[in-house]
Amino acid sequence: MTNIDASGLDYRQLNAAIRDCAGDAAVTGCTGQRFIGAGLEQGRLTLSGTPGNALGAYLNGASIEVRGNAQDAVGDTMNAGRIVVHGSIGDAAGYAMRGGELYVQGDAGYRAGIHMKAYGDKLPVMVIGGKAGSFLGEYQAGGVIVVLGLTESTRPIVSNFPCTGMHGGKLFLRSDCKNILLPKQVIARPASHKDLDGIWTYLHTFCELFGGNCDELVQQPFTLITPNSSNPYKQLYVTN
Amino acid sequence: MSKLEGQIRIPSGCAISAVISRDGKRMSGEKIIESMKPMHDRSNGLGGGFAAYGIYPEYKDFFALHMFLEDLAARKSCEAFLRETMEIVHLERIPIRTIPAITNEPLIWRFFVSPLRSTLASMQIDEEECVTRAVMAINTRIKGAYVFSCGKNMGVFKAVGYPEDVGYFYRLEEYEAYSWTAHGRYPTNTPGWWGGAHPFALLNYSIVHNGEISSYDTNRRFIEMFGYKCTLQTDTEVITYIADYLLRKQKLSLEELASVIAAPFWSTIDRRPPQEQEKLRYLRKVFSSLLITGPFSIILGFEGGLMALNDRLKLRSMVVGEKDDKVFIASEEAAMRVMEPNVEHIYAPAGGEPVIVRVKEGKF
Repeated sequence: MTNIDASGLDYRQLNAAIRDCAGDAAVTGCTGQRFIGAGLEQGRLTLSGTPGNALGAYLNGASIEVRGNAQDAVGDTMNAGRIVVHGSIGDAAGYAMRGGELYVQGDAGYRAGIHMKAYGDKLPVMVIGGKAGSFLGEYQAGGVIVVLGLTESTRPIVSNFPCTGMHGGKLFLRSDCKNILLPKQVIARPASHKDLDGIWTYLHTFCELFGGNCDELVQQPFTLITPNSSNPYKQLYVTN
Repeated sequence: MSKLEGQIRIPSGCAISAVISRDGKRMSGEKIIESMKPMHDRSNGLGGGFAAYGIYPEYKDFFALHMFLEDLAARKSCEAFLRETMEIVHLERIPIRTIPAITNEPLIWRFFVSPLRSTLASMQIDEEECVTRAVMAINTRIKGAYVFSCGKNMGVFKAVGYPEDVGYFYRLEEYEAYSWTAHGRYPTNTPGWWGGAHPFALLNYSIVHNGEISSYDTNRRFIEMFGYKCTLQTDTEVITYIADYLLRKQKLSLEELASVIAAPFWSTIDRRPPQEQEKLRYLRKVFSSLLITGPFSIILGFEGGLMALNDRLKLRSMVVGEKDDKVFIASEEAAMRVMEPNVEHIYAPAGGEPVIVRVKEGKF
């Protein structure tokens, strides 16, 4: 494990230093450098400070752990590997993610998991411990998104317009979703034991990373949202 | 010769940052300049600027006109024009540092003025309206002159360059303000000229803006009916005039301003309590031409406070944090951490949710 002091380095220099040690590094003093660990295939990165936008973009197998918050576009188009954030994340996390895992202890901003997709053995997973902003899982085409709502605030577990244009994958909200307005082209139903068995590994990993107990987590009702194939998505902005 | 800003449109991001002391403690410009450094890549060197409130206590009763002037003849024309309606109590060049990063600077002057009582009486207008009209007249009619700041006890400092260089150029460490806003520009529609850098300001209102609004022409056509002149084809100018129109002329509150320019969707309004629904519908209907669509995150500076606001879809990033008496706002958390490593209560306001911070009464 190499120690890298990021203060004073721009994003090119910092990423070059990370590549030089094959991705095995503890980076301190991040101040908004973008693209940290982009496309990284191996190694374990531990970051402190505030990493910049597009953290772990196109990540391809490496593991990244952030001791604090992350900014926008975490795990953009990520393909494999794992990103763990011990804090909250900004907007558009996991955009078009098609593999790998993203675990967030706190809240997610707007547009988390939009355009997420799956293919063959590729199944992206995003677990958000807190609450999610508007447009969660917009145009989701595959993969699994789980929102646990564990942070204290007056906000709902997910804000406006979740799942708009969803046409694949699964979205779990740890809530009965009575106050959540969902679009017509999705089906929401209480998650069964069998459904929860399917995400048990992810919940287990979440609790291992951030503390907590899976059995207690599932005491609260979960809602499972999937696309409604008999009422497919046709329009959002205009009738045409 | 290449065309100037306002004469050409280039269809093709930005960084904003702010700090305010709720106790009215004055801070030098050093920290706000530092905050722009981690966001360097959000700008492209074609504009940077700062607004500072509380910097001219010795002239606090006078309007401080900051001007870009092409030559001395333009300064003389301005001076003569202003003397017709105003008393000029002091005028001087704004101190700058000559640095390689900032070139082709115009003459940069400030005039401290006060409208003549006789003028106000004969025209039946107040001093703010008098100054507004004079500024619009200079910016549209006097060749080679552009007023980019005209408030009391506040000022805008802007240039073509990266914001951290612009701050150094204007010697902002020598000013003390209870509130600062900053902007790094990545012009998307215009070539980038000194006047088009942010903040845009009218009277005590100033705006820094990250975004690209799609309602520019709708907004411009409406606002120009009320005497405002949009001279630069840049969207931030129109947002500044909308703020002045709704707050100063229509006497709306800041929250109401937010409900007009970042109005909630009809489907969102439907789910609010009945009384609130009625008010929101009224504002959307009466000021429908002032709805701003497209991505924006803005910080509005005003006397004694700041308001931060995102577009209703939240297509631009913005975070807020605080520590002791200070509140920080920035496009990126890293920028706040540079100003205050131990910033607390960090959160990202929702789209259309205004964050209003005021200095305690009597402290500014």
